[in-house]
Amino acid sequence: MLRAQNLHIHRGRKTVLSDVTLQLESGEVLGVLGPNGAGKSTLLGALCGELAASAGGISLDGQALSHWTGPQRAQRLAVLPQVSTLDFAFRVEEVVGMGRLPWQSGRVRDDEIIAAALAAADAGHLSGRSYLALSGGERQRVHLARVLAQLWPGQAGQTLLLDEPTSMLDPLHQHTTLQAVREFADRGAAVLVILHDLNLAARYCDRILLLEGGRPVALDTPQQVLRPDTLQAVFGLEVLVQPHPERGHPLIIAR
Amino acid sequence: MTTQVKPRGLFIGLTLLCLLAIWLSLALGPVSLPLFDTLRAALRMLGVPLAPDGLEQAELILGQIRLPRTLLGLAVGGVLALSGVAMQGLFRNPLADPGLVGVSSGAALGAAIAIVGGSFFGGLPEWLGPYLLSVCAFLGGLGVTALVYRLGRRNGQTNVATMLLAGIALTALASSAVGLFTYLADDATLRTLTFWNLGSLNGASYARLWPLLIISAGVALWLPRRAKALNALLLGESEAGHLGIDVERLKRELVFCTALGVGAAVAAAGMIGFVGLVVPHLVRLLAGPDHKVLLPASVLAGASLLLLADLVARLALAPAELPIGIVTAFIGAPFFLYLLLRGRA
Repeated sequence: MLRAQNLHIHRGRKTVLSDVTLQLESGEVLGVLGPNGAGKSTLLGALCGELAASAGGISLDGQALSHWTGPQRAQRLAVLPQVSTLDFAFRVEEVVGMGRLPWQSGRVRDDEIIAAALAAADAGHLSGRSYLALSGGERQRVHLARVLAQLWPGQAGQTLLLDEPTSMLDPLHQHTTLQAVREFADRGAAVLVILHDLNLAARYCDRILLLEGGRPVALDTPQQVLRPDTLQAVFGLEVLVQPHPERGHPLIIAR
Repeated sequence: MTTQVKPRGLFIGLTLLCLLAIWLSLALGPVSLPLFDTLRAALRMLGVPLAPDGLEQAELILGQIRLPRTLLGLAVGGVLALSGVAMQGLFRNPLADPGLVGVSSGAALGAAIAIVGGSFFGGLPEWLGPYLLSVCAFLGGLGVTALVYRLGRRNGQTNVATMLLAGIALTALASSAVGLFTYLADDATLRTLTFWNLGSLNGASYARLWPLLIISAGVALWLPRRAKALNALLLGESEAGHLGIDVERLKRELVFCTALGVGAAVAAAGMIGFVGLVVPHLVRLLAGPDHKVLLPASVLAGASLLLLADLVARLALAPAELPIGIVTAFIGAPFFLYLLLRGRA
């Protein structure tokens, strides 16, 4: 279980993240929303230990993040960065197989997991192809499959951090991807996902953290966070919010 | 990329190529031995009981000249190729070269200091000269690499881009120092310097061979243990960290192995370019970028190619001998351009 306590991060003299306290619960998908430069990726960097906290701290399963050895931590915490640079012609399943590095589960089990993770990311048909021959969206799905494979099948005590996993995907795959993430969380893992699409967040997230200028503005259910006055204040965007006709979650429509 | 060779086939092919290169390297030269006699003499030296009729001369040439030279070629080629893989992994760029972190030029500077300094003091004693030269080259390579590594470090992290630029700057500095020594050198020293700067397997002796063989074997045994970590490093440093790899330690190991390997190779055979660049590239084209295959296959391919290049160096202008660095650059540079122009598809 990942927990941030009064987290502050300074870059030079500037405070880029101030006073974030949050706890990722088992089985939940927590969306992080906010305008560009609100500190979403900074938060993710701090949560995975890549950025040092100026004040406050991060704990994983009750122990400080730095306390874990590399492989132990990697078995509990997987991170998908916004962009991945890989300039070598690995086959797709080799890239996904790198997710199995923290484990010694054996070749047979690894191959099963790789296939399952690829299928979950709707990238099973890419198996056998060179990574460099893929489109941007396909690469993004392969990397998602890689981090899913790292924690597969996903259970309580594991945490997945995703930085804009849908940024390059077509509308169908935006939904299949978040559906896969949702199912991953339903098996017990905790997921934090940075998103830009308010409607995707409303549909798939249990809770939403809204950031503005490095400060948390709201942390609550989508119904509570995605309100016209709040969105107007944070994004400067005039919206109508109505319940989804079939599913009931908030539907955000720009005016 | 779909027409890749299976690892098994690749290893069988490369082993055969390597054996063929060894055979030719033992047989051909100023005094060429019949191929079959070479084989029989080599087998006899390995302890196979064969009749010694007419093989005395062959055994003498093999034992004293060809065998140390062949072993030198194998070790230099193998360790240069391995260092190339390590650097391309470290910089996550298939066009990186061991020369980048300053090892080669540092070693050249060390050797130049030994050669010119030696002649300034009226020539080094016969028994000390070769060792001193090797030790200086080795220390020069290690020293410059250590400096590049230090320059690339900030707040406990190694910045690979800074290392690269520091490597370029220090390479230029070391080269200009070598240039200065070349300018100051007298004719005899100049010839030694030139020959050494261009690389040669000539004058191989067991005494110079042992340190290199031990270091090469160490590097060749160590790096494959880190094959999976190297694969993950290609994803990016933070991604590799999220997969549980101690990235700072891995980078230290890669730099250290390269400095050790290239330093020892340059100390034993002078500057030989392009092997570290071209060999891993060729293997990747054949078998893909997986380091579990790439590392051992590059050893075999590098060793074979260097022996074949040495054959060209020996035979092209026989009885005179070309520096092998000229041969590898002559083949390697156009190949490098070809790689640049065909894109990285």
